Amino acid sequence: MSWALKVDGLGRVYGEQGPRSLPGTGPEHGTSVSPATGAVVAAWDVGFEVAPGEALGIVGESGSGKSTVMRCVAGDERPSRGSAYLSAYDDGRTDVLALDDGARRRLRIDRVAVVYQDPAAGLDLDTSAGGNIAERLTAAGGRHFGRIRERAAELLELTEVPLSRMDDPVRTFSGGMRQRVQIAKALANRPPVLLLDEPTTGLDASVAAGVLDLLRNLLERLGVAAVVVSHDFGVIEMLTRRVMVMQHGRVVETGLTDQLLEDPQHPYSQRLVAAARG
Amino acid sequence: MRTVTELAGTGGPRGIFDELSKREVRRAALTAVAVPGYQVPFGSREMPVARGWGSGGLQVTLALVGPGDRLKVIDQGEDGGVNAANLRRLVVGHVGCEEETDTRRATLIQSRHRIPETPLRADQTLVLQVPVPEPLRAVEHDVREQRRMHAQEDYARMWVGLYEDLVRNGVVTKSAGYPCMVNGRYLISPTPIPRFDVPKLDQAEHLTLFGAGREKRIYAVPPHTRVEPLVFEDVPFEVEHTPGAACRHCGATASYLVEVPSMDGAVAWVCSDTDFCTRNREVR
Ligand SMILES: [Zn+2]
Repeated sequence: MSWALKVDGLGRVYGEQGPRSLPGTGPEHGTSVSPATGAVVAAWDVGFEVAPGEALGIVGESGSGKSTVMRCVAGDERPSRGSAYLSAYDDGRTDVLALDDGARRRLRIDRVAVVYQDPAAGLDLDTSAGGNIAERLTAAGGRHFGRIRERAAELLELTEVPLSRMDDPVRTFSGGMRQRVQIAKALANRPPVLLLDEPTTGLDASVAAGVLDLLRNLLERLGVAAVVVSHDFGVIEMLTRRVMVMQHGRVVETGLTDQLLEDPQHPYSQRLVAAARG
Repeated sequence: MRTVTELAGTGGPRGIFDELSKREVRRAALTAVAVPGYQVPFGSREMPVARGWGSGGLQVTLALVGPGDRLKVIDQGEDGGVNAANLRRLVVGHVGCEEETDTRRATLIQSRHRIPETPLRADQTLVLQVPVPEPLRAVEHDVREQRRMHAQEDYARMWVGLYEDLVRNGVVTKSAGYPCMVNGRYLISPTPIPRFDVPKLDQAEHLTLFGAGREKRIYAVPPHTRVEPLVFEDVPFEVEHTPGAACRHCGATASYLVEVPSMDGAVAWVCSDTDFCTRNREVR
């Protein structure tokens, strides 16, 4: 198989789950709220594949469903329907969305890692940078203090966090530095799939640029399959080769990132590109 | 070890602890033995003992003890302490069993803070009073999250706690109630026993039952069960030991020693286990 992650027919509905909730929702209706049931069709019929070493972007405004898709794939919430496969889990034969909570959580140790917009969602701020990385390493069975220290130092070096800060609580770090620690933790057990949810949103422009540079380098070097979720085409352009545009819970356009930026077909894509080109 | 029939047995005088309550505690204890280290909830009753003084241990003892038992109760290592003596008299008066201070002759031992120095046998049961049964409380306050962590054997944050302790202090500072893995599956807090006593739980001949009254939990370390303190491979588990210290009374150096004030102001040490100390003196 050529993919590291494959997602099929993913859907997430908040409220009544039946077919009555679908009609009247989606981009052509300008809403994701069902007129019949009031249910929110946050995402519907979303599918994609990501190869090792490849980065896929999911772009859209807030409410487009892009973060819902990411949370479902990450295991932070359960989708209403659909399936997902990891080549690193049972050779891609098992739908990981159907696994029980414990098994899903274990995937997060070394198969699928997530970097959240808010570092506090991925880190314990009262724990040191090294301790946060140690959490992931011990979860994977690491029991050698010296080797845990070594690996944590290696990861902090990789994400350009000064080693002198390794034993400081993350709470004392700047926003950009926290994000770098979160990335280091995500990479701790060399996961084949990395999900990035608005990784630089909320950071000052210059700090964000630095983190983006780092991510771009890491994605190139590590051979990881990445999904980058962002409202910002600038971020998508910087990090991804392919992109899906989402609006009102549906995918409205997919394509190669540079081509789509050059010549967006869907009116919504055109708007997003125009906004990014400012 | 007590047989299942004995644990599940009926009968005994009525009084401070009714038959229904005993049965509930026995049922919880049986479950605890079947799933070593798992905290089994039970309907804890109000007990006529000072708050925090072993109402959980007392209920387990009352559910197990019969007229033929010889009961030893220790506080720290002492049989003679007021609390220990009161508790012993309470149970003896209630059940009509024998009071015992000699560890070797006791069939049932209820303890707070210590495991006797004399190794326990298969025909003896140790009941430990537990003030705080949940080891995960050190890293997680949400009870539902604690349960999830136990259910999924997700103890990474305990390891992080250990890591942070080592980074900050250079050593693991946790002494009493050192967290241990039981049978390679459940993490327990072995009550406020010193680290010194933790190895006595590992592959022991006897059954240990832990009773937490306020938290309404019973858990167990059955005989021949692995009990492993949480330690990194390259940072050895060390028990309390003061080089050069010896018991002022019996001269023991390998027992658990506690510091006592001395007339001349110098530091003096005595065995914490008074029964052991007495017999050790006789030997000399
Ligand atoms: Zn002594």
